[in-house]
Amino acid sequence: MVGRFRWAAMFPDEVWEHVFSFLTSDGDRNAAALVCRNWNRIERRSRKRVFVGNCYSVAPTVAVRLFPEVRAAVIKGKPHFADFNLVPSDWGGGAEAWVEAMAEGWPNLEELRFKRMVVSDDCLDLIARSFKNFKVLSLVSCDGFSTSGLAAIAANCRHLRELNLRESEVEETCLNWISHFPEPFTSLVALDIACLEGEVNASILERLISRCSNIMTLRLNHSVPLERLVGLLQRAPQLMDLGTGKFSARHNPQLFSRLESAIVGCKNLRSLSGFWEPGLTYLPAVYSICEGLTSLNLNYATVQNPELVKIISRCKNLRRLLVMDLIEDSGLVAVASSCKLLQELRVFPSDPYDAAEPVSLTEHGLVAVSAGCPMLHSVLYFCRQMTNAALLTVAKNRPNLTCFRLCIIEPHTRDYVTQEPLDTGFSAIVESCKDLRRLSLSGLLTDLVFKSIGASANYLEMLSIAFAGDGDMGLHYILSGCKNLRKLEIRDCPFGDKPLLQNASKLETMRSLWMSSCSVTLGACRQLARAMPRLNVEVINESGRGPLAAQPDNCPVEKLYIYRTIAGPRTDTPQCVWTV
Amino acid sequence: MESGLGLEATELRLGLPGAGGEGEGAKKRGYEETIDLKLQLQTPADVKELEEAADNMVKKTPSVKNVAQCGSIVEPEKPPASKAQVVGWPPVRSFRKSILSFHSDKGGSNMEDGEKSCNSMASFMKVSMDGAPYLRKVDLKMYKSYQELSMALQKMFGSFTNNGNCVSQGMSGKDFINESKVMNLLNRSEYVPTYEDKDGDWMLVGDVPWEMFVNSCKRLRIMKGSDAIGLAPRALEKCKNTS
Repeated sequence: MVGRFRWAAMFPDEVWEHVFSFLTSDGDRNAAALVCRNWNRIERRSRKRVFVGNCYSVAPTVAVRLFPEVRAAVIKGKPHFADFNLVPSDWGGGAEAWVEAMAEGWPNLEELRFKRMVVSDDCLDLIARSFKNFKVLSLVSCDGFSTSGLAAIAANCRHLRELNLRESEVEETCLNWISHFPEPFTSLVALDIACLEGEVNASILERLISRCSNIMTLRLNHSVPLERLVGLLQRAPQLMDLGTGKFSARHNPQLFSRLESAIVGCKNLRSLSGFWEPGLTYLPAVYSICEGLTSLNLNYATVQNPELVKIISRCKNLRRLLVMDLIEDSGLVAVASSCKLLQELRVFPSDPYDAAEPVSLTEHGLVAVSAGCPMLHSVLYFCRQMTNAALLTVAKNRPNLTCFRLCIIEPHTRDYVTQEPLDTGFSAIVESCKDLRRLSLSGLLTDLVFKSIGASANYLEMLSIAFAGDGDMGLHYILSGCKNLRKLEIRDCPFGDKPLLQNASKLETMRSLWMSSCSVTLGACRQLARAMPRLNVEVINESGRGPLAAQPDNCPVEKLYIYRTIAGPRTDTPQCVWTV
Repeated sequence: MESGLGLEATELRLGLPGAGGEGEGAKKRGYEETIDLKLQLQTPADVKELEEAADNMVKKTPSVKNVAQCGSIVEPEKPPASKAQVVGWPPVRSFRKSILSFHSDKGGSNMEDGEKSCNSMASFMKVSMDGAPYLRKVDLKMYKSYQELSMALQKMFGSFTNNGNCVSQGMSGKDFINESKVMNLLNRSEYVPTYEDKDGDWMLVGDVPWEMFVNSCKRLRIMKGSDAIGLAPRALEKCKNTS
């Protein structure tokens, strides 16, 4: 007989809580919570940070009740493809239910981070009034709110440290919302308003920055002219992270030297971004601090290769670089020789739709960086041509890649030298890069590449597929392999019902699956939903054929979003979405 | 599938509900039918109206290319100059499109003052629709005609209207000279597109030539047809003054 040693009772709860406080990652805390009932109880009751990757996976009231001591929450809403307008704007992801539950059950909440959620002004108002110790509000890629809501936050959150609106869509109803930060308010450490499209009153901003002596991050929007930037920098020389406004002005040597000295005065600057509409005369003003930079975001800087290289080649300590394809292959060669500490590279297309003036950014740039930057582990690369040979070289050079997202702009593009599909190239990537966590595919691909991915990509967590594959086997390889897959998003691939039904249980081990413009039928969705009660199978049909309930089994499904949940079907689906 | 550039996947197809294409197409939609821009839920009378308007437009404004396609059942040829755009591809965020109009010469020296860059930048317009909880944005520089804009708006807001939307009908260029036609349209349409121009006036979309519209439009609002009736006379007046 096995003795039941109630070892959890060895120590009082408080001791275990203290032990658990050293577990910083969610994964570790989750693991501890599974050991035994007592640990489960102690862990969840003392958990301070909670991460909800899919806002519909659990009911807000349940989450709040289970984890009563939470001080910081991260909640994500819409599927990733919402960024590219593939998800109907009324699909969901509303924050009300969460904010209401949190206001009720977590009065001591300090940090709230939403991503791809629809946050209304009422929500912001409720947040502003409900949490007396509120410190961090981060709304990334969110929409549904206006500057009036922000005014409420500014006016009421006395201890606010961080306000981050990165890539959100904000309606601008209240012009001087920044003036709603009261005079005694001095706690701001980080402010990111780069997404705002309207005018920001620079004088009010200056006064705010002056009294917030701890400000470290300031990301302005394009409306702030260069002249005002000087004033802001002079008032905040301790800045570590700066996003400039518009980076051009009329030729004015005095302005240039004032700008240059203001920038030099910011001895702690490590991260630079913004650079809207950059003028050639003013770019050199940043040369002096380039050496100290670890992060540089030039993805709005529409300047040519020579200017880009002049800046980047001075950035010897750069870890993170975002730039447009205007940098061209030669610029990336310069990056490879100057930025030896580079870890993350993102190259965006300057002209994604019409290559009216083709830019000479090809696979050569990518290969150069993979060869020259030994610490490079994260890549996002848009280009128009690729070869298997180049991918093989990248795979050989950089087995330490953890994120590889390649977007060859034209779908179904072949290896332009051999005319073959790019299967061997991507297979080499997954076979060589054993720690790969995120992968995006493009170009002409057959089922072969999926066989390699399924077999080799053991740590892959997120996979994005577009215009690829031959048939059902492709999807089957993925779903029957890829042990750690969490998010799978697919568009325009000939994958149908069979692999879904054959791998139904796999779907419960993942956070979500998105499939659009594939070959799935309603019948399969019905079967899947019947077999897997803990999955929400959402069918999205926007072409208004009539209620889906009445459609036959062979009705094709335009868009499909499947996610695991313990909350059951959601109640806020719009007309075009049907939970099967 | 075999084609040099694989353009099948990006081909634009237009068809009407009940017309031949839909029945067969509905059964098995593979990835070829990436875009399926259908002008849904229009009665045959509306189609006739559109065709007439389309014909008129072709006569009066020969520069507008894609007009005839809207009312016809024939699949258009692949757009010659600019490639057909697949929704959401390449996967760039919408705000990035504002950089797309960067067609500067290789020297890049005209980026000197911010001024010159303004003209080449996109013009993002906020689009609101009465009754819809969300604001959207469109970049007018991405479209070449009212028809294209209409299709885009339909995609964006289609789910909010239950009788499909007669947005496309409102846009027939210089056709707005005909007052009774306008009133007809407004009375029957559930929603009409309107815009605020540089002078701060609210106008019906479609009453000035496309280029003039792009340059003078500050924001768009899709109003209920009944609310927009008051706009018609002003639109006609402005038209008479400018033409």
